[in-house]
Amino acid sequence: MKEKAHILSENDIDRIIKRISHEILEKNKGAENLVFIGLQKRGVPLAKRIAENIEKFEGTKVKTGKLDITFYRDDIGHNIKPTAQITDISFDIEGNNVILVDDVLYTGRTVRAALDALIDFGRPKSIQLVVLIDRGHRELPIRADYVGKNLPTSQNESVEVKLKETDGIDSVVVVEKE
Amino acid sequence: MLRRKSITDTESLSLEDIELILSNADSFLEVSRRDVKKVPTLRGKTIVNLFFEPSTRTRTSFEIAAKRLSADLINFSSSGSSIKKGESIIDTLKTMLSMKVDLVVIRHSDSGVIKLIDRFINVPVINAGDGKHQHPTQALLDLYTIRKKFGKFEGLKVAIIGDFINSRVARSNVNLFEKMGMEVTIVSPTMLLPEDFSKMNVRHRIDDVIEESDIIYILRMQFERQNRRFYPSIMEYNRFLSLDSRRLRKMKPGSIIMHPGPVNRGIEITDEVMDATGNFGGKIIINEQVTYGVAVRMALLYLILG
Repeated sequence: MKEKAHILSENDIDRIIKRISHEILEKNKGAENLVFIGLQKRGVPLAKRIAENIEKFEGTKVKTGKLDITFYRDDIGHNIKPTAQITDISFDIEGNNVILVDDVLYTGRTVRAALDALIDFGRPKSIQLVVLIDRGHRELPIRADYVGKNLPTSQNESVEVKLKETDGIDSVVVVEKE
Repeated sequence: MLRRKSITDTESLSLEDIELILSNADSFLEVSRRDVKKVPTLRGKTIVNLFFEPSTRTRTSFEIAAKRLSADLINFSSSGSSIKKGESIIDTLKTMLSMKVDLVVIRHSDSGVIKLIDRFINVPVINAGDGKHQHPTQALLDLYTIRKKFGKFEGLKVAIIGDFINSRVARSNVNLFEKMGMEVTIVSPTMLLPEDFSKMNVRHRIDDVIEESDIIYILRMQFERQNRRFYPSIMEYNRFLSLDSRRLRKMKPGSIIMHPGPVNRGIEITDEVMDATGNFGGKIIINEQVTYGVAVRMALLYLILG
């Protein structure tokens, strides 16, 4: 793996999170009935950060949860078996606007699995998708509602997102696969 | 990835296998707590529950585990089958496999038969108890239960009490508990103790271990396997080995009582203890073992078939 380009720094990520938090509030006309669900594993801290911003801006508490999509993957049996991480949605999503958060949007298969998983928890009023990076190459008809940065990539590159909560630093880099 | 596809005994499970199974069980426990207790993970897979011996909890537990993973499960019991017409077990299995089954769960009264079956057929096999030999999924769910209660294994003092000669649970559990670094004491009368256990740390009275143990693991008296009387009388068993309320009150804070079920009330555990409430009643975690059993079996099926 060779680092090709440094895309986002800590400050960049911070500004993006703030901007997206405002966009979510603008589109939903406030924080009422909003719940945040981060996809394991780097969507989880991103969802928390957005939720904290929104609490600061609006002065109201918002709910956050975590979702692991391992059991809903479409490549079970094709691939190595990942150990499932914790799913923790300790509130009712029925009738709420769910803001689903992930770090990178690529083929769209993770989001497809996440939608199936979420529907098993109830019938939300809407599901909106936040991604820090959209790198293209979709294999399913899926798009994000809020995008941190559009990043055209080739398929032999990969995007590495690092976050303080999981990796000790905030950064996004593009690396070349060998 | 599990090192081996079939689960025939606990000896062949590596520490990494065990860790993988237990850490996956956490996620499946959460699935069982949802309103919709089902994930699509094993859609399209077919599992056969092949029980040549009676069972309620193990059979049901596998069935629920399979269904929560969206696999199709077929129950087969030896009564009402061609086994009664004299078909051999290997032939029965080959018949099943011709119908494209992905995994077989087997319970059988012959010790060691699962290993033999595993050699003859080319789909994964899970041992759900073979005679007096092994019951590996029980041992795994007991491990998981212990981890949920104590958060660790190393150095825990566990006393396993009762009928060792007829018990497959004892054999699997002693092996797995020692593998995880727990201090195992065996409490059994000499006539219910086979020779291979007698070199271990053995006591003959429950009173010798009741105060110091973190875990009191009580085995079932296996009357169905005792074609000769191994033990003189129930009264004598009660005197030296039963858990009664007097002994319950001697147990240290934080300690727990486990039993693989079904309990013979009045023999290995008294009614009073089974129905105890409050602090001491909270020590009995037999029902949690059953709950965790589903999660552990879901993890196993996922790791083998997923």
